[in-house]
Amino acid sequence: MFLTFFYLLREKGLKVSMGQWMTLMSALEKGLAASGLTGFYGLCRSILVNSEADFDKLDLAFFEFFDGVRSPEDLPAAFWAWLENAKDAPDHARDDKGQFGDFLHNLAELRKMFEDRKEEQKERHDCGTYWIGTAGTSALGHGGTGETGIRVGGSGVHSRAVQVAGERNFKDFRQDTILDIRQFQLAFRKLRQYSARMDVQKSELDIGATVAKTSENAGMLNLVYEKPRKNTVKLLVLFDGGGSMHRFSALCNRLFTAVSQESHFKDLKFYYFHNCVYDKLYKNPTCKHGDWVDTTYVMNNLGPEYKVIFVGDASMSFSELEEVFGASYYGIRNQRPGIDWLRRFRSRYEKSVWFNPIPAERWNRVDGSITIGSIRRIFPMYELTIDGLDAGIKNLLVSR
Amino acid sequence: MSDSFEKFTGSADYVVSGELSSAVNVAIALEKPLLIKGEPGTGKTMLAQSVARALNMELIVWSVKSTTKAQDGLYLYDTVQRLYDAQFGEGDVKNIGSYIRPGKLGQAFASEKQVVLLIDEIDKADLEFPNDLLWELDRMEFYIPETRQTVRAKKRPIVIITSNAEKELPDAFLRRCIFHYIAFPGAEKMAEIVRVHYPDLEDRLLAEAMESFYRIRSVRDLQKKPGTSELLDWLQALVLAGIDPARLEAALPFPGVLLKKNQDIDLLNSQSHNH
Repeated sequence: MFLTFFYLLREKGLKVSMGQWMTLMSALEKGLAASGLTGFYGLCRSILVNSEADFDKLDLAFFEFFDGVRSPEDLPAAFWAWLENAKDAPDHARDDKGQFGDFLHNLAELRKMFEDRKEEQKERHDCGTYWIGTAGTSALGHGGTGETGIRVGGSGVHSRAVQVAGERNFKDFRQDTILDIRQFQLAFRKLRQYSARMDVQKSELDIGATVAKTSENAGMLNLVYEKPRKNTVKLLVLFDGGGSMHRFSALCNRLFTAVSQESHFKDLKFYYFHNCVYDKLYKNPTCKHGDWVDTTYVMNNLGPEYKVIFVGDASMSFSELEEVFGASYYGIRNQRPGIDWLRRFRSRYEKSVWFNPIPAERWNRVDGSITIGSIRRIFPMYELTIDGLDAGIKNLLVSR
Repeated sequence: MSDSFEKFTGSADYVVSGELSSAVNVAIALEKPLLIKGEPGTGKTMLAQSVARALNMELIVWSVKSTTKAQDGLYLYDTVQRLYDAQFGEGDVKNIGSYIRPGKLGQAFASEKQVVLLIDEIDKADLEFPNDLLWELDRMEFYIPETRQTVRAKKRPIVIITSNAEKELPDAFLRRCIFHYIAFPGAEKMAEIVRVHYPDLEDRLLAEAMESFYRIRSVRDLQKKPGTSELLDWLQALVLAGIDPARLEAALPFPGVLLKKNQDIDLLNSQSHNH
């Protein structure tokens, strides 16, 4: 039964399982989509979608599949089979002349019917299936639930499902858009590795289990130990404080707030750099001259078990990245080119990623595309969106 | 729609959108748990109360905390009590069954009549929690190894689950649920909701207050947007203080009722100065 829709959904990235699809079919059999396409749309949303972030994918697929459908004939035959089987009959159809389900077979006929009815009709009719009126299921009128037809006055209460889908009201919930602090926090909460999963000795007394075992043992003491459960993740975050980052400052502020509020890391260190990392790392985002530590000091003191996150647009002039004395900042004379420092970071910290606030689709086109390209060859780079953040954090967690 | 089950259309004190009521009815008809997500203050928890009242069923609330385990909902084997009883020679120590205390899910299964079971804020618990309940919610039964009993639901309860999206829920779990996202109500719906709570509110005051409310919600970078309950409290404060509606546009009285964070109040003040 219109399996093409199923595959279209999957193509749009909505991971509909066979089980969900079967559930939808059984819902249709039970006649739960009584009000036609609108009802069907509602069912799809309830059954096939698991998260508000995916509503937009459904909307897109729905719009694509049903948009051409202007008259019932355009609909796949199978689709109508169950629509006609729908058990519903309107409770309130009173001034009936036609039959519910007596659908109009094309637009021209619909228009003709409208004209005819205009001639024929002499009084107000509500809740019906035939006359032009309100709150009915006839194809003419407004405020009703007929699924196709001409709206006469009023505003669409049950706007056609296709139209609703076309509005894409849930676009903002897509996970590839910008983040707020809370979403950042959620992403970072995934950045944890419990020592319980690692190979350490069972050293903590599990009081609950001890009491339970002892009681089950009729009061003979039975001690139970467990592995300590602590997050072992140590994190070093390096922020770009350079001028080109200013337009992303609101986004980066949110990221900063989120990370610094997370208390579950075993250790968390922040440093800043200006466009690229050289022999000094700044302690503050203002990158003031002198307010710094040696980069080698940081690298010597933070062991390779640290996970490193770079946040920056990676856009700079070629010389800033590749050349000795290339640093553009006042009073800095770097003996090593920036890219050398980045390589050293990468070789010391196996778990390191780069988050770029510039959307990934523009990495090849923006001003700094050359340096973005060079840096991407060193660090896995992700855009700073929910999806990008999730992917990057996953990268930090997998064992190679 | 088929008449083999009772239909939910909202109750006197709870305004429900058409989409939500049909999601509830679909969940009841398909005998699947209904998962409700949405911003805080959109009435997720209230929904279960409303469904229970409208269908005239008992409501059993299992409110989940960070320490809750799936087992807690099924039953508790009170071994400590049994140990005490054994030491002091009290109670029926031989009968393990008398130390089995049913959890909320157990209670819902044991009920003779159909009940509404609310599993509130499921995302508060451990990540594995929803997975541990898959079998029980699917088959509506669980096994107690201590007494070698299988507890089976006498009448399949209507299960409503709420989530604040603090944690991702596992896919396997999501796939078994009917999902509904309660969007934040628009001005019209909100006016309807307010009317349910304060039927005698002056029209002018309501209109002005709603305008301020939605203006505040539209301010970017707010850390915590005010929700329905904040609006209701605020309206009550306005009425009690006898604020003239005309003044609302110029200044915002009682901002602390709407905004719960200092930064947000500062942000709002700085924005209104810029006007």
